[in-house]
Amino acid sequence: MPILSIQNVTKRYQNHLAVDDVSFDMPRGTILGLLGPNGAGKTSLIRIITTITQADSGQVLFDGEPLSSYHPGQIGYLPEERGLYKKMKVGEHLIYLAMLKGLSLTEAKSRIDHWMQRFEMTDWWEKKVNELSKGMQQKVQFVSTIVHDPKLIILDEPFSGLDPLNTKLMKEEIALLQQKGMSVIFSTHRMEQVEEVCKEIVLINKGKNILTGSVAEVKETYKDNIFKINYAGELPESVRQLEQVQNINGQSLTFRSDSIHDANHFMKNLMNQDMMITGFAEILPTLNEIFIKQVTTTHE
Amino acid sequence: MNKLWLIIKREYLSRVKTKSFILTTLLGPIIMVVFIAIVGLIFGYESDETREIVIIDRGDMLEHKMKDTESFFFRFSDKDYADVVAEKEQKPFDAILIIPPLKEVADRKLTIDYHSEDQLDIDGMLALQNIIRDKIRDYKIRELSLDSEQLDNLRTSITVNPEPLDPDDEEEGETGATPITSMVGAIIGGSMGFVMYFLVFINGMMVMRSVMEEKTNRIVEVMISTVKPFQLMMGKLIGVGGVGLTQILIWAILIPLIVVGANLIFGFDTGQAVDLSEASGELNTEDLEIMMAQVTAELSAVNWWLLVPCFVIFFLGGYLVYSSLFAAVGSAIGDDMAESQALTMPITIPVILALYIMFAAIRAPNSSLAVWSSIFPLFSPIVMPARLAFDPPAWQILLSIVLLLATAWGCVWVSARIYRTGILMYGKKGTFKEIWKWVRAKQ
Repeated sequence: MPILSIQNVTKRYQNHLAVDDVSFDMPRGTILGLLGPNGAGKTSLIRIITTITQADSGQVLFDGEPLSSYHPGQIGYLPEERGLYKKMKVGEHLIYLAMLKGLSLTEAKSRIDHWMQRFEMTDWWEKKVNELSKGMQQKVQFVSTIVHDPKLIILDEPFSGLDPLNTKLMKEEIALLQQKGMSVIFSTHRMEQVEEVCKEIVLINKGKNILTGSVAEVKETYKDNIFKINYAGELPESVRQLEQVQNINGQSLTFRSDSIHDANHFMKNLMNQDMMITGFAEILPTLNEIFIKQVTTTHE
Repeated sequence: MNKLWLIIKREYLSRVKTKSFILTTLLGPIIMVVFIAIVGLIFGYESDETREIVIIDRGDMLEHKMKDTESFFFRFSDKDYADVVAEKEQKPFDAILIIPPLKEVADRKLTIDYHSEDQLDIDGMLALQNIIRDKIRDYKIRELSLDSEQLDNLRTSITVNPEPLDPDDEEEGETGATPITSMVGAIIGGSMGFVMYFLVFINGMMVMRSVMEEKTNRIVEVMISTVKPFQLMMGKLIGVGGVGLTQILIWAILIPLIVVGANLIFGFDTGQAVDLSEASGELNTEDLEIMMAQVTAELSAVNWWLLVPCFVIFFLGGYLVYSSLFAAVGSAIGDDMAESQALTMPITIPVILALYIMFAAIRAPNSSLAVWSSIFPLFSPIVMPARLAFDPPAWQILLSIVLLLATAWGCVWVSARIYRTGILMYGKKGTFKEIWKWVRAKQ
C-alpha cells in the first residue's frame, strides 16, 4: 500500500486553479521529488497533504485512510517559508513543537537531546533563536520536523540558505531517515539536488501533474539515444564522414543511434577500422533538461 | 484541547516572564497616578503671570488697603491717570485700575476701568472682580454701620445628603450614602474605566503585533500544519488575556497596599487638602480629618464583591471583542504598518469614543448617554465599569453582560474566519472587500 495516494485532487483559489486534477501514488519508504517551477502548485498541494487546506475535489489517502485530523501528527513538515519564535530558547522551542506533535515532555526532551548531540548543537539549548545564524536555525527547524518520528516527511526547499557543508549533512540525514523506513517528499525547483537525492519524481506545472515515475524510468523515456565514445590515437577520416556522428571533441565523439543494438553495431564497425576505443557510454538527459523541455512544451 | 493548553501556556509564560511585563505591572499604578495628577494639573492650570496693578480709588472706598495675591500686586496712587502713566519709567506697572466712587451706597452696579497694554484673561478678570466685590462689600458694611458677624451668620453652608427611599436599604449599606459617595464613586469609576481602556487597548495591540510577527516570521505555517488556526488564535487570545488578568490581580492587591502605605507614611495628601480648602472656602484641618475618615468609610462601603468580579467579566468580554478583531487585522496585514493603520482605525475609534463617553458618564452616571453606552457592547466594557461604583440597576448590568458576551462570541467567530485565511496570504493586500470574502469563504 502506498504511504500516500493523491487521487484527482483539485484546489481552486478565487481566480486561479492552483492544483488541477493531480493524481499519483507515493510508494512507502522512498524519497519523492516534487518538482515544478515557482508557482506551479507545489506548495498548494503540500498544504492539502498537511491538512492546512482542503481539496475542493478528489481525495488524499494517507496510509490507506482518507486524511483526517489525526494524520498531521504523523507528518513532519518543513515549509519553504519557515520561521521560529525569535525570542524563545532553542531547547524550549523544540520541546514546544514536539509536544504539539503529541510527545510527552520527557519523551520530547530525550529525543531532542539525541538530535542535538547528533547535529553537534547541544550547547545551543539555552540560546535564544535570534542569536543563531540562518543555517543554525535551519538545523533547529529540521530537528523539529523529524523529532516525532513521522511516517512522512515533507521538505519544501530544505537546502535553501544552507552552506555546502550543512547541505551535505542534511542530505546524509535524509538518506538515513529513508533507510530507517521513512517516506520523504522533497519539493524543489533545483534539479541537480533531485538527481542526487530522489528515487521517484512528480513534475507539476501550472497545477497539472505532467510527469510521474522513477528517475531511471523518466530518463529512459526522455533520452535522445545519444552515445559517447572515447578513443585513443587518430580518428580515421572515414569515421568523421559518418552521418550518425554528431560531435567530435578532443579524444571523444558522440553519435546518435536508434537503439542500443544499433549503437553496438556502430561501435563494432569503428573497431573494425582499427580505432582504439577507451570508453563507451549512453548519454542520458539530466532531469534539468527534461524539466525545461517539459515545462516549455506545456507552456506552448 | 491539550494542544490549545500548550499554546495558551506558551503565550502566557513568554509574556509574563519578560522584564517589560514585570516593569509595566509594577510601575503601572504609579504611572496611572502620575497621569491622573498631570491631567489634574492641566485642568487646574492657572495663569502664572503676575501683574503689578496701580489702583486709582477716586471714592477712597478701599482705604488704601489691598492684599496682594499670587497673580496680582496692588499699589494705590492718589495721582491722576495721566501722571501715573507719565511716571511709568520710574515706577513701572502692568495695569491701572480706576475705581469710580459709588453714587449711592445702595448702588448695585459699578463699572471699573482696567487700562493695560495686555489683554486681561478670563481667570484674571474673574479673580479681580471677586477681590474688588469683597472690598466694596466691606465698604458698604462700614458705611451702613452693619454688624459684619451678623451678616456672616446669614450665610448657611448646605450639604445635600443622599438617602434611599426605602430605609431598609440603608442598613445594608451600613454607612449609607454621604456627600462623599458620588465623589468617591467618580474616582473609582474613572479609574476603573481608564484601567479598562488601558488593558483592552494594550492587550489588543499585543495580540495584533504577535499575530503579525507569526505571519511575517513564517512560523505560522509550521504551527498550523500541527494545530488548527482556530486553536492557534484562541490560544493566543486566552494566553494574552491571562496576562491581562494577572495584571489586574496584581494591581488589585498592590493598589490598596500602596494607598494604605502612602497614607501611613505621608499622612493625607496635603496638595489635595489645599485644593479642597480653596474650593469649599472654609475648610480647616479638623474638617479634613473628618473627610478623610468619610472617604475611607466610603471606600470600604463600596461593594467590592460586586465591583471586582464585574470588572473581570467586563474585561474578559471587552478584551475578547477587541483583541479578536485585532487578531483578524493582524492576520490580514503582514508587516506593512501603513496598511495596518487603515485597518485598525475602525477598531480603535470605538475604543477611544468609549473612553470619552466614560468621562462623561462619571459626571452623570444615570444620563441616557451613560446608560445606553454602558449597554452597547462596543462601549460597555469601558463605560459600565465606570458606572458600577454608582450602583446601577441590576438589569442594566445583566443586559450589558449578556450583550457583551454574545458580541464577543460573534467577534471571535468572524475573526477566526478571517484569521485562518489571512495568516496564509502572503503579499496580498487585505482590503475590506477581500476580508469580507474570507469571512464568507467555505473551508
